[in-house]
Amino acid sequence: MSTGSFENWNGNVLDIGPLYPFVGTEMVWFIICVAFWLAWHVLQWRMEEANYNDDMEVLKKGDNMERALKGEKVLRSM
Amino acid sequence: MDNEVTALTIIFTEFYYWVTVVFMFLIHVGFCMYEVGASRRKNHMHTLMKNTMVIPLVTVTFFFFGWWIYFAFPNGPGIIGPLLSAPWAEPWSELMGAHMGGAPADTATFTAEDTAYWARINGVFWAAFLLFSWTAASIISGSVIERIRSSAFWVVAVVIGSFAWIIDAAWGWHPDGWMIQVLGYHDAYASGVIHAIAGGAALAVLIHLGPRIGKFAPDGTPRNIVPHNPWLITVGLFLIYTGFWGFYVACNIPIIDVQDGDGVFFSATNIYLTPTTLSAITLNFLMSLAGGLMGGYLISRGDAFWTYSAGLCGVIGASAGNDLYNPLQAMVIGAIVPMICYKLHFWVERRFKIDDAVGAVAVHGYGGFLGVVVAGFMLWGYPASQKYDAIITPWGNFAGAVIMFFVLGFLPAYIVAGILKAFNKLRVPREIELVGLDLSEYAARYEDEDQMLAAEIAEARAAGTLR
Repeated sequence: MSTGSFENWNGNVLDIGPLYPFVGTEMVWFIICVAFWLAWHVLQWRMEEANYNDDMEVLKKGDNMERALKGEKVLRSM
Repeated sequence: MDNEVTALTIIFTEFYYWVTVVFMFLIHVGFCMYEVGASRRKNHMHTLMKNTMVIPLVTVTFFFFGWWIYFAFPNGPGIIGPLLSAPWAEPWSELMGAHMGGAPADTATFTAEDTAYWARINGVFWAAFLLFSWTAASIISGSVIERIRSSAFWVVAVVIGSFAWIIDAAWGWHPDGWMIQVLGYHDAYASGVIHAIAGGAALAVLIHLGPRIGKFAPDGTPRNIVPHNPWLITVGLFLIYTGFWGFYVACNIPIIDVQDGDGVFFSATNIYLTPTTLSAITLNFLMSLAGGLMGGYLISRGDAFWTYSAGLCGVIGASAGNDLYNPLQAMVIGAIVPMICYKLHFWVERRFKIDDAVGAVAVHGYGGFLGVVVAGFMLWGYPASQKYDAIITPWGNFAGAVIMFFVLGFLPAYIVAGILKAFNKLRVPREIELVGLDLSEYAARYEDEDQMLAAEIAEARAAGTLR
């Protein structure tokens, strides 16, 4: 039993084609990978938006905007 | 692979492209160093990550559809013929995976001859083209630093890096591309195919994006936003030069029989399968680089940033014909093109208030465009192909330059950036831009440092070394 399409390296090497396992399932892997790529963009988009919203809230507090412009330390908890 | 000569030829070709890929990786290292060096301290991490993530995003999308486009689109499709079949380049093809080249699993699609060839060449050839894709996206990256949202840039990067540029490669950088057959388009080392398209796309994004806050005085006079680290920029550009060697070599096919008719004559060829030599492109690369550096030094009065950029622009300006030019011609073209681009950069900046942070539109866009046009004149009447009757002409190459810069570069990027802008997703919020795009990065770092300091003080107190 092998997940690959060959079970030993002996015999005629010319008979060996794909080296990767689960030959015949390529389309399934393709769909998974495309879905992961698209989901990544959506998740990154949300993370970025949330991050900017948090930063904007921090900058609205006290003199944080001025401190940040001067390059001084600004903490999220300030 | 059943005799030594065939095996050596195929494995040499495989190894040849593999080496070019490693060299070309340095282009991306150089772009990252260059961009970070050009950005201000408050934007470093954003600048770095924006360019770094081009690598995975363009890689996976180029695997998903970019590689297939190159082989399926040479006719347009619909310009001179239909969509072509390219089963070895489909992302679910067995030949896109590790393959011994023996009997195909999918016997309905592939013959043993298909697998014997593509099993060895597909991966490295794909990777060579992929590195061109990263370059196309990375060129845009530099021009838009310090104010674009990463999310927006990465959408543009995928559109240009994995879609638009590879269409232009199928049209004008494939031995059977319709631009070669109809226009006699000649662009051996990608002045237009990579540089003009990326420069055109960068210009389109910049129009929508607008200048960085403070770039222009109230009266419209441009201010110089000083790069924080000129040394990093120059080392980055040196690395781009180094990677450019790999790029040149990757544009060739190292060894094939170029004799049409009786007899056999093995030679390197350019991407159009017409003969050239590695010596020719080595001479011309160096002479056009030298011309660019000398011209750039004069026109910029010794400014390091522009002298280095002009060296790059010199190579780009001569690249379209560097398979055939005399080295002295390459030097003259390499010197003149960047001088024009330098003047154009500052004219466009003043006239249209375009803030191109690294001069990418000038170096790559105008340089690439002019390079293609110059090749049309310099190589007027040369055969564009061994297979088709088309000849190289000034009007054929001018039309090609317009297609590269405007149709496939400027237009798609203008549409995509326009849509992103309409949804307010192109540019970072104004307050964030003012204080720096690394604000949250610094805030997290400060909090970690404060926590560590508190822990160390507590430890010192517990040990009795601090009261």
